[in-house]
Amino acid sequence: MITLLTLLPMVGGLIVLATAKLGDIARLIAITFAVGGLAMAGLLWWGLSPANPGMQFEEMRAWVPALGIAYHVGIDGLGALMLVLSALVVLMSLIASWNNEKHGPVYCALVLFLEAGLFGTFTALNFVHWFIFWELSLIPAFFLVRIWGGKGRAKAAAQFFLYTMAGSVALLLAFLAIFLATSQFDFVQLAQLGQSGQLTTALAQNLHWSGSPEHLSMLLFWAVFLGFAVKTAVVPFHTWLPSTYAEASSETTMVLTGAMSKMGVYGFLRILLPIFPEQMQHAMKPLLWMAVASIVLPAFAAWAQKDLKRTFAYSSINHLGYCVLGVCVAAQFTGTDPAMATEKAAALTGVLLQIFSHGITAAALFWFIALLERRSGGLRGIEDFGGLRRVVPVFSGLMGIAIFASLGLPGLNGFPAEFLIFKGAFPLAPRASSIAVLGLLMTAVFLLTVIQKVFSGPVNPKWSAMPDLTTTERWALAPVIALMLLLGLYPQLITGVMHSTVMQWVTGMRF
Amino acid sequence: MTPWILQNLWLIPVLPMVAAGISALLKRRERGLSAGLAIGSMTISLLLSLKAFAEALAHPALQVKIVDWMQFGDQWVQLGWLLDPLAAVMLVMVSFVGLLIFIYSLGYMAHDDNFARFFCFLSLFAGAMLGVVIANSLLLLFMCWEVVGLTSYLLIGFWFHRPAAAAAAKKAFITTRVGDLGLLIGMVWLYSQSGTLIFYGYGNGCLEQRAVTAMATHATVAGMAVSTAIGLLIFCGAVGKSGQVPLHVWLPDAMEGPTPVSALIHAATMVAAGVYLVARVYPLMSGSALEVVAWVGAITALFAACIAVAQNDIKRILAYSTVSQLGYMMLGLGVGGVAVGMFHLITHAFFKALLFLGAGSVIHGCTEEQDIRNMGGLRKFLPVTFATYSAGMLALCGFPLFAGFWSKDAILHAARGWDVSMGPFYLGAIGALLTAFYMTRQMYYVFFGQKRTPAATVTPAAVAAHGAGHGVEPAVSPRPGEVCAVEDPHESPSVMTGPLAILAVFAVFLGFVGTPAWPWFQNFLNGRGVAWDWAGFSEPGLVSTMVVSSLIVFAGLLLGWWFYGRKPIVNATDEDALESLAPPVFHALGNRLYVDEFYGVTVIALTRFCAAFASWLDRWIFGGLVRLLAWTVTGVSWLDAGVDRFVVNGGFDEGCREVSRGGRLLSRLQNGRVQTYLSVIAAALVVLALWLLWGHRG
Repeated sequence: MITLLTLLPMVGGLIVLATAKLGDIARLIAITFAVGGLAMAGLLWWGLSPANPGMQFEEMRAWVPALGIAYHVGIDGLGALMLVLSALVVLMSLIASWNNEKHGPVYCALVLFLEAGLFGTFTALNFVHWFIFWELSLIPAFFLVRIWGGKGRAKAAAQFFLYTMAGSVALLLAFLAIFLATSQFDFVQLAQLGQSGQLTTALAQNLHWSGSPEHLSMLLFWAVFLGFAVKTAVVPFHTWLPSTYAEASSETTMVLTGAMSKMGVYGFLRILLPIFPEQMQHAMKPLLWMAVASIVLPAFAAWAQKDLKRTFAYSSINHLGYCVLGVCVAAQFTGTDPAMATEKAAALTGVLLQIFSHGITAAALFWFIALLERRSGGLRGIEDFGGLRRVVPVFSGLMGIAIFASLGLPGLNGFPAEFLIFKGAFPLAPRASSIAVLGLLMTAVFLLTVIQKVFSGPVNPKWSAMPDLTTTERWALAPVIALMLLLGLYPQLITGVMHSTVMQWVTGMRF
Repeated sequence: MTPWILQNLWLIPVLPMVAAGISALLKRRERGLSAGLAIGSMTISLLLSLKAFAEALAHPALQVKIVDWMQFGDQWVQLGWLLDPLAAVMLVMVSFVGLLIFIYSLGYMAHDDNFARFFCFLSLFAGAMLGVVIANSLLLLFMCWEVVGLTSYLLIGFWFHRPAAAAAAKKAFITTRVGDLGLLIGMVWLYSQSGTLIFYGYGNGCLEQRAVTAMATHATVAGMAVSTAIGLLIFCGAVGKSGQVPLHVWLPDAMEGPTPVSALIHAATMVAAGVYLVARVYPLMSGSALEVVAWVGAITALFAACIAVAQNDIKRILAYSTVSQLGYMMLGLGVGGVAVGMFHLITHAFFKALLFLGAGSVIHGCTEEQDIRNMGGLRKFLPVTFATYSAGMLALCGFPLFAGFWSKDAILHAARGWDVSMGPFYLGAIGALLTAFYMTRQMYYVFFGQKRTPAATVTPAAVAAHGAGHGVEPAVSPRPGEVCAVEDPHESPSVMTGPLAILAVFAVFLGFVGTPAWPWFQNFLNGRGVAWDWAGFSEPGLVSTMVVSSLIVFAGLLLGWWFYGRKPIVNATDEDALESLAPPVFHALGNRLYVDEFYGVTVIALTRFCAAFASWLDRWIFGGLVRLLAWTVTGVSWLDAGVDRFVVNGGFDEGCREVSRGGRLLSRLQNGRVQTYLSVIAAALVVLALWLLWGHRG
């Protein structure tokens, strides 16, 4: 089932390439495959038994047994969530691309390849196979930015690629070292070793390391961390993000921020937290500082931006910063205090909600930017507009909802996630959380500034004839907005499927 | 057997919200349907609120309902609603005043393009506000509280094409959010301490004995009890929402919204939500937390009253008056308890809504004029408005026997008996003097003397206000210096004066439900019955406080008459009587004591600096380091290329071709960075791997 799911967009991409001459029909085929991907991801979601904390839909085939390499896939709550999110975001992006004549069949095919890479990453349970998909998703993303981006696309694409690549190299080296020490590439097995503390011992015994074994394991931990930190864009490893998001076409950015940025958080949850819990505790202080910096600094920086896409790019770093904070506090050493286990469960549930919620909100925001760019001939400066609410009331209203979802208004999807993260983070790291709330304030400041400058005030005569959303666009956006409301009012839709996965993480870390 | 109304209490907030949801989907021209939905749902909510009130009368004991909302790990986040006298009183007040203001808006907003949207926002507001009232969980209360903030934002910025309105809306949202951050931290702290955010849950709630005792005995770092710290953090939220000093700055600016909004949200209900919040979490508020509440309230009461003296905009005077009265409510909560603060909240809601609606009627009648200097003599043209406004004004001043007299007197009496300090009492008493004074000043400017409107020149501000007026751009907008509308001011239609009359009745008589001799209101909140007993007046100090406060009111009225009534104000351009007496003081007050300017050069400047700094940090430090790394790598590639060129392929006779090849190599460095980088990274990888594996062997 999972193999089929990963193959689906890949085959879809090939078919779209083969039929590229047919133009719109090929693009329609691409959307059909994206719908199919979402349907299959949805089936997995419904099929997942929420009470079972372990991996489900597992497939395991030996590949290179001598090197411990196996084709091992499976999903738990986290995996299922990521699959649904990626499928949804990719579908949104393809639909958003429909009216963009520059985004021909080749573009759509690349997006489908990217989707295949995402599906593969989120289901693989063996490092080698996971790493292949992790890198595979980067290639279509690179070309999407490089070919269809804006003026500075070449530089941005190169920066994006190299930066992520550097992180990946660190990741690869670390896992090679781990493999040499443990002969294991399997995440599930490695997690058991990591949680029982055997990993450090094995490293010390088998690697002939002259220093202390703790130092070696910390070194490996930081290498793995670097890989995910770059992908998530944790401050200070985030500088590739604003220029990439701004230079990529908005439809591409939808996928980059909606789904690809979550690969990093996924790595934190699937790999870093289970395999290196002890090391995370040692590194708690710098980790918390980085999390807080990722929340606060980008929120301030966003206010200083003049370009809507850069503003929302910084906002994206800020939102993922909450995820990093949630993951970090969950690794906090607390002994066996059951109250603290509850807080950890809250923080981790919040992180999962935030992953999904930010995915759809950020994708929706960049969709709106795409719609705006198409109407303004590519202009997207904060000062370029004014009074749009009078000219395009429906557009402004719907984008306003997305903006308020982004600033965490209760009743919309952002709030339950942020509430749970803070609920968990505050008792575990009071100081860091108290500073982090500044991010919530600044988010309101810069988002409301956007509304004020773009939608309010006197109508900018340049745009007095801007067309409002067409009926098709309204119907395309309506489900997304409805989903924001639904998840805001009834987050149990997600948390109900996640609870045993979360409990598994919380009780799994026993020391 | 749970009573029907408790089971279905959630309908009270949900109905208006559903109405808002439906009307959000309607087309803009469906004006009647939108208003009908809003008023219809509000009527049903009022009826249900009355039913709930009857239930609370019959069974004053607290009743709760708890539901599971979302799961995290093996726990559930719970939400719920409750019914007790406190909630019942608020329910009736909010839905009743709300309904009256909805009806009034039919007339006031009749010419607005966005009429349908207005009722949509109003309904959403009413629903969220009713949700705040019945919430049995701090989380649910917070959620509704934020939605209330959203609707306040939307309605302040309702005439969003006016830059002032857009700015005021943003300011309101952000200022209240500053307080809300405190509330959020307090909330998650409370959650971790008591394990629940449900207020009352059969002994397990966070406001119940067990949790409160545990928190009161558990000290934090500063030696402060946890409950005090949490109480103060929650109070931060109340400070923001209820416009207490130092977060009061948004409320006067919020007057950019349509007047019914000012009446409903920024006078009667939403701003009182902060007071209600403190009343709701009262069990958490320890003695030292209440001291802070009392002082903040007292300072706000006087501070805002001072500023109100020197304002010229009819709505801004009322706005500062609201801030001041909210200060009294906080003072009441701090020194006297829930019943004292809540009594003033309820009476104030009626008479302040009345005053705002009256001001709206005046503004409506004077073609969107808001500057009191340009009014005058209006009692002849707007008799109903004048009569009702007078009732509201006397109630606000605390004129004996009017509603405000009883409630404000209870606060002053409690402040006088406060064993911590007499300071708040004096602040409150001076505030009461100023209240009577500035209201008299306003009355003389607006309703007495000669009609000054035609003679007045139009100020730019008035033009802006006029142009935006009802959201319709006027065909010919008056320019500064031009003579204003020539027609006489006119009385408002009965759909507007009707609500005024009803509210006026309450402004006069509502106080009688809580007199010392018949303290029905106070006893109801405390779940006790009541009997008529003159002995209530014999409480020590009570009568003397009443006499003193009455004298203060008379003094204020007299002073007002002395400055503004003795000689009628003839020209709009005349100097204010106080201005000629003490110009610097008057100007400082007129400029709102420069609080906004102070924030501008401190907090806002600091924030701007931080934003620029964060952006700079990103570009030059974090980005710079990355660039440095990239240059290093490029340098290595250069070296590599050089070695290639001169060592490996070096040769004199190949010189000519070498030049072009060198050019190609160089251009490859420029264009093919990715591959170059990759090859270097791969090389580095191999070296590192080798070093890691064999470098340390032996």
